[in-house]
Amino acid sequence: MNRIGNGREAMIRVDGVSTWFGEFQALKDVSLSVGAGERVVVCGPSGSGKSTLIRCINGLERHQQGEIRVDGELLTGSRRSIDAVRPKIGMVFQQFNLFPHLTVLDNLTLGPIRSKGMTRKDARSLAMRFLERVRIPEQAGKFPRHLSGGQQQRVAIARSLCMEPKIMLFDEPTSALDPEMINEVLEVITELAESGMTMICVTHEMGFARRVADTMVFMDHGEVVEEAKPDKFFTNPESRRCVEFLNKILHH
Amino acid sequence: MGKANLRRRTAACALAAAAMLLAGCSQQWGWYVVNPATPSGRSNLNFLIGGLQHTVLLSLTAISISIVVGLAMALPGLAPSRLLRGINRTFVELVRAVPILVLILWVYYGMPQIMNVSINVFWAGVIALALSDSAFEAEIFRAGIQSIDKGQYEAAHSVSLSYRDTMWFVILPQAIRRILPALGNQLVYMLKMSSLVSVIGMQELTRKANELVVTEYRPLEIYTVLVLEYLVLILLVSACVRWLERRLQADQGS
Repeated sequence: MNRIGNGREAMIRVDGVSTWFGEFQALKDVSLSVGAGERVVVCGPSGSGKSTLIRCINGLERHQQGEIRVDGELLTGSRRSIDAVRPKIGMVFQQFNLFPHLTVLDNLTLGPIRSKGMTRKDARSLAMRFLERVRIPEQAGKFPRHLSGGQQQRVAIARSLCMEPKIMLFDEPTSALDPEMINEVLEVITELAESGMTMICVTHEMGFARRVADTMVFMDHGEVVEEAKPDKFFTNPESRRCVEFLNKILHH
Repeated sequence: MGKANLRRRTAACALAAAAMLLAGCSQQWGWYVVNPATPSGRSNLNFLIGGLQHTVLLSLTAISISIVVGLAMALPGLAPSRLLRGINRTFVELVRAVPILVLILWVYYGMPQIMNVSINVFWAGVIALALSDSAFEAEIFRAGIQSIDKGQYEAAHSVSLSYRDTMWFVILPQAIRRILPALGNQLVYMLKMSSLVSVIGMQELTRKANELVVTEYRPLEIYTVLVLEYLVLILLVSACVRWLERRLQADQGS
């Protein structure tokens, strides 16, 4: 299981990680290695631990057993290790989690100004650059509630990119969107993937997964059940649980 | 809707005041005591209104302090540590259990003895009111902060904000918008409770009225004026709070 993506140096290394929420074991001895520039898509039924896994990687949840290293930095429960790891990682949430009381531009500049000590002017030009990249520079002065779901999610992606992370984590970025808005968000993520960003994306969008993933991971009941190249994953998966899952979501 | 409401309420107040003035034509009333057409009435009115600045200054100082103390006491109430939460609970339960009047007397007459300082009536009033109110402010802030979605903390975490910045730039601005009506209530409550500071001799509205009653023997008219003074003051404050609420909502682009 402990494979290094494409023979490159591991950017994220998850080794034998387990975590519990009370009695419930959310992750069971999970190992995963993501190389620099590698694009990993994680899928699996709800409650399978996909979100928990990526939330552990950026310190939003604590793992109780095993080891997580991000860009060489060991992630323990300590404040210091979390502060060392989180600037390296951008995170995009299912519910966008934009700051509703700030304009789009202020959503983007808050992090760079407060945590990277950037000047307001520099932060603004950086923010505008990323807003152009997600193709909504004209929305800079608006408040999040005036934007469509797809636009809000693109703002959220731009907000993460403004921190200039080495890794992007996506936690079901299109699950809360109306169907007609899914593509505009997936396009932005695809472009990002093509630019060489290291990323882990939890999603059920299998067409997208097939296009961008270097590695597919299937999780069930807190375990990594299958890890394979997309070609093999979609045509000839090894485990029965994975076949059942793919049948359910691909033919409905 | 808000405007029509306000107009209706103002009209009702004016009617009530007019009714009382009309009633003054009968034998029981003696409005001469505060009749602005006569020199003595004018000087009595001036005397009564002279307490206004003290009432306002005392209330505003006390509420400013109580908001800061309340927030400072609310934060430990949100901490994972049981010790910190215990500090919050103890503070809230103890302070909330003491009647304001008792607290005013204790601060003014009691505290100088144990701390060996003399304290003037203004600051005794401020300390007592602020302390008493801070327990309520702490609960209001705690509720407001707890009402903010945890996704906001996670987003702040993901852009590497410190705890302080997360609170200051992300959580509190949203929480304060939600608790503004409750904070407005507390300000009104504070303005009313400031009348209790009259018992230690603070020259605010109520004390002034009491003193005038003693010399003029016209409690009905003088206390009616006092009621109207508080009424006008508090309606003004309510209007300001509502204006602020609308302003902040507009800020969020609604």
